Amino acid sequence: MTEQAAAPRKGTTPLIEVREIGKRYGNIIALRDVSTTVLAGQVTCVLGDNGAGKSTFIKILAGAHPHTEGALLVDGTERHLSSPREALELGIATVYQDLAVVPLMPVWRNFFLGSEVTTGPPPVRRLDRAFMRSTTKTELAQMGIDLRDVDQPIGTLSGGERQCVAIARAVYFGARVLILDEPTAALGVKQSGVVLRYVAKARERGLGVVFITHNPHHAYPVGDRFMLLRRGRSMGDFPKSELSLADLTSMMAGGTELESLAHELEETMGGDIAAEMKAELP
Amino acid sequence: MTSATVADERVGRTSTLTRIMKRPESGALAAAIVIFVFFAATTAAFATPSGASTWLRGASTIGIMAVAVALLMIGGEFDLSAGAMTGFTGLVVGVLTTQYGLNIWVAILVSLALALVVGALNGILVMRTGLPSFIVTLGTFFVLQGIDLAGTKALIGQVAIQGMTIVPFYDQPAKIFGSSVSVNGGAVYASVFWWIGVTAVATWVLMRTKVGNWIFAVGGAQTSARQVGVPVFRTKVGLFMTTAGAGWLVGMLLLFTTSTVQSNTGVGQEFIYIICAVVGGCLLTGGYGSAVGAALGALIYGMVNQGIVYSGWDNNWLRAFLGVMLLGAVLLNEWVRKRAETAR
Repeated sequence: MTEQAAAPRKGTTPLIEVREIGKRYGNIIALRDVSTTVLAGQVTCVLGDNGAGKSTFIKILAGAHPHTEGALLVDGTERHLSSPREALELGIATVYQDLAVVPLMPVWRNFFLGSEVTTGPPPVRRLDRAFMRSTTKTELAQMGIDLRDVDQPIGTLSGGERQCVAIARAVYFGARVLILDEPTAALGVKQSGVVLRYVAKARERGLGVVFITHNPHHAYPVGDRFMLLRRGRSMGDFPKSELSLADLTSMMAGGTELESLAHELEETMGGDIAAEMKAELP
Repeated sequence: MTSATVADERVGRTSTLTRIMKRPESGALAAAIVIFVFFAATTAAFATPSGASTWLRGASTIGIMAVAVALLMIGGEFDLSAGAMTGFTGLVVGVLTTQYGLNIWVAILVSLALALVVGALNGILVMRTGLPSFIVTLGTFFVLQGIDLAGTKALIGQVAIQGMTIVPFYDQPAKIFGSSVSVNGGAVYASVFWWIGVTAVATWVLMRTKVGNWIFAVGGAQTSARQVGVPVFRTKVGLFMTTAGAGWLVGMLLLFTTSTVQSNTGVGQEFIYIICAVVGGCLLTGGYGSAVGAALGALIYGMVNQGIVYSGWDNNWLRAFLGVMLLGAVLLNEWVRKRAETAR
């Protein structure tokens, strides 16, 4: 399991490339030696259990917390993102787990929040409310969400709907790279399927997608490249061709650790449970 | 785009009344009407031009502050130094002109600059330290109060500004801040027009501009707002400076209407502003409220304040009344918020 720096495909500059990137908060090393690439029209999955460093990795790409080690290249140019706005200007949009929506505000105000469309000369420059309302409605309709009323507070929508509003918003504002932070974590099976379809849709549109999850079953069907994190370190960065779902699952679960746990259980509790556990292992 | 602009057939037609009821300020509007009718019916002086002139004037200076404080509260913060600021800015002008002979316009500008600096300081402290604005501005409140009381006494040896009217060019700013026009025999003071103007501008900013969108967002969900690129720091510091600026405006209105200012002016009023904003529909947790509502809250305050006098009751009943209004409004607002946040 060597940490190989992913070689970009010939002729295409990756949208994002990270090389041995790391982040320290004071004396805490939250992340180190992480390398991967994000190409246009591909989904790069970042997998890891809780506390593996996924959040830190997102924050670096999203511009929330600049990295302290290694290099971050956007379109082949080295960058130090120091604000979310800077990342957005480079076309890197992040859809956070909490969806970055303001529950009490209407859907259309949320959709355009931070990128409001205005009309009129400076002293009376005002929000173009008609345009924003109708755009919100049509953009959401294109993503398959048919809203009754874009003036309703976004807090009244279901989790899946809010997720899709957030994705539609990022796509509309010209995101070239879409970072999705555990988009399926809080959703049921059916809603997860809906969200995964939008991920595939975004990829078809030629976006580079960074899909962060702890669920290999959600990652594998849509992913083109898989980067695994554990305890703040990269466990490797693989194209789909080099990795099966079974490999992915066992790496995620920490295959060897589970095997030794099964062995311990066998000694202390008899064979039944251990046999069951072994059967679960791929 | 035509299909999108057409009203969705699944949305039931909501009557205008229902739509008005859903606005944050509707509770305050209803209460204001009830209170007006009550005092108009029970006292002789209340609904006369001269009576109305008195309570409108009282409501206007409170109202300007309440509107600014409402914007700040929608943005998720408090400013307890707002009351003391009204006295501070008036005192600065008074001391600089009567004691040091500074040109009155220069003194007014110096006062404004100082107010904005204090406002910015409030904002920067809150944003940089992450401390609750309640504590930070409580600190500034006491500092300002101390300067108002001790500073004034040390510089002019008195607790009130005297001799404002003999300051050169006094009549110029007095025309803008302290004059009145007669309507049906009742004087309408300049402060009332300022109040209406401030409320109108605040409402427009809040509902129709980018900045208004940002104010709702930073108060409703600050992290989310930051994540989508809203300049949270600038928005909040701007709000604190706006409140301080409003404090300056009210300081000028008080100074030039009465031609004097006491060193304890405004102290204790900071909570009145917050009560007016809450009565007007602002949530204490931020992200929801209205400027018109806060103006109506101040109108209620002004009417009750004067109505109690006309009724011949003990003035201190005002306090009890305000407490009841505050509690009622908070309960109503909570109910409205819960309804807004859950699915229909």
